[in-house]
Amino acid sequence: MLEAAADWLGPNGATALALSLKVSFWATLCSLPPGILCAVALARGRFPGRGLLNGLVHMPLILPPVVTGYLLLIIFGRRGWAGAWLEENLGIVFAFDWTGAALAAAVMGFPLMVRAIRLAVEAVDPRLEAAAATLGASRLAVFATVTLPLILPGIIAGAVLAFAKAMGEFGATITFVSNIPGQTQTLPTAIYTALQVPGREGAVARLVLVSFAVAMLALALSEWLSRLVARRIAGR
Amino acid sequence: MLSVSLRHGFPGFTLDAAFEAPGGVTALFGRSGSGKTTIVNAVAGLLRPDRGRIVIGGRVLMDSATGAFLPPHKRRIGYVFQEARLFPHLTVRQNLTYGARFAPRGAQGPTLDHVVDLLGIGRLLDRRPALLSGGEKARVAIGRALLSRPELLILDEPLAALDDRRRAAILPYLERLQGETAIPILYISHVIAEVARLANTLVLIDAGRVTRTGPLEDLLSDPATAALLDSDEVGAVLPGRVAGHEGDGLTRIASPAGDLLVPGLAAPVGYPVRVRIRAAEVIVSLVPPQDSSALNVLPATVSRIEGDGPMVLVQLRLPGGAALLARITRRSVAALGLAPGTACHATIKSAGLVQGGTEGQGESP
Repeated sequence: MLEAAADWLGPNGATALALSLKVSFWATLCSLPPGILCAVALARGRFPGRGLLNGLVHMPLILPPVVTGYLLLIIFGRRGWAGAWLEENLGIVFAFDWTGAALAAAVMGFPLMVRAIRLAVEAVDPRLEAAAATLGASRLAVFATVTLPLILPGIIAGAVLAFAKAMGEFGATITFVSNIPGQTQTLPTAIYTALQVPGREGAVARLVLVSFAVAMLALALSEWLSRLVARRIAGR
Repeated sequence: MLSVSLRHGFPGFTLDAAFEAPGGVTALFGRSGSGKTTIVNAVAGLLRPDRGRIVIGGRVLMDSATGAFLPPHKRRIGYVFQEARLFPHLTVRQNLTYGARFAPRGAQGPTLDHVVDLLGIGRLLDRRPALLSGGEKARVAIGRALLSRPELLILDEPLAALDDRRRAAILPYLERLQGETAIPILYISHVIAEVARLANTLVLIDAGRVTRTGPLEDLLSDPATAALLDSDEVGAVLPGRVAGHEGDGLTRIASPAGDLLVPGLAAPVGYPVRVRIRAAEVIVSLVPPQDSSALNVLPATVSRIEGDGPMVLVQLRLPGGAALLARITRRSVAALGLAPGTACHATIKSAGLVQGGTEGQGESP
């Protein structure tokens, strides 16, 4: 069945879909820990530089994606200061590789994820956390046993938003890692490429259909998960 | 033994309180907004007061002079909040056992089975807090605090959110709690009936200050305390024991001052009870009343007369050392020639006897 789908989509289309899913999965997974940390810090923290952090987190939402992609290229490209250091010391390369696409997708989805989780953190009653502390739980234990379970619906919502954003990310990705079939060509960039060639309307339509299906599936999955978690928390 | 002394400034309100809680149940009594919750929040470590020192059994919880401040999770204080604050994502059983895993190894305390039995919450264990009634939530919250193996239990108006019937249903659990565990309790309340039933020591709080503190029976039979209470709340508490149940439904209670008869008390013979006698229910006469419907007449001696208006409070010393308060008119005082030292009789209307509860085991002041 997978082969049939691959035949239907064409080799480039199938590769783009697989790459998009891989990129979005890793982008979402890797931005969850810093996303939760930022959301908690912004919702609860009283520290100098909080406004700056808030601005930084929201930057990709406000900047033109092409600017974000360009900044990523400057910082994480082969000759960028972070990119060079990472390649030399950890062997991680972002430039013109699928990892770079994941980084771009993660950065672009980060504000959406943080906003969703932050709302959930702000909805947690701090009095419950105080109660946990009087029962002997350290701050870390309070977070793990009270805060985290209570913000789980927000985390799921944030993750789904970030995943959807990653599946659709175009501007920053194409600027940062270009549009190389099999390496950095995701669904949106594949659609863009197909659109450039006359007579490939059929391929475009198929890719668009797939994009649509993936988005609907993700939405349905998140709805189901949220309802499950909400029911568990409300105890019904 | 808990020793508290603190000072904390809020905009428009300064808390400046010091008291000692010798063990058993110590009630912090005062009107809403008098600072009771702020005091216990400081004891629990949820509030860091500007200045002060809090010591429990020789362990310094905080001392602003040395900068010592133990965070809440290291204080080992079980706190039952007014609104229960059960964890909504955990079952009742998980709520109850939440604190046990954080208690230090070897910490003493009741078992889950004991607490479940004590509070009558066996049926609820697999439910979620959202499905519990107010009274059930309060009991689970008490159990959860108890099972964290605390060295001190704080109950902040745990019954405030409940109606009278539910409140009456939970009070016996609190009485058993006090009898069956040796954990000292700080009990916050603005309901004198609860306090009279449960506490050994009374700390009266008004506008952020401790106005009076001492053994409950002494304080409640003191006319000076009465000035701080609403007039229909004024009344003394007599300790006693159930001496027997009479054929007509009355229960005989033996107190050091003499026997009293109260209706409808189910406690077994020998059970320690407290009898609360409102000042408005006490009639003073020079000779024992003749052909009267009143059943309870105690010999007494006038020890103090206080008050300015047409109504005054008379403190009556009873044989055995306890005292009663009687609210009577100034005209009656003059007519009977009452003065400190006058021998008289205190007639207590049966209906004026309010059923009391247990005393702490051997912890009575």
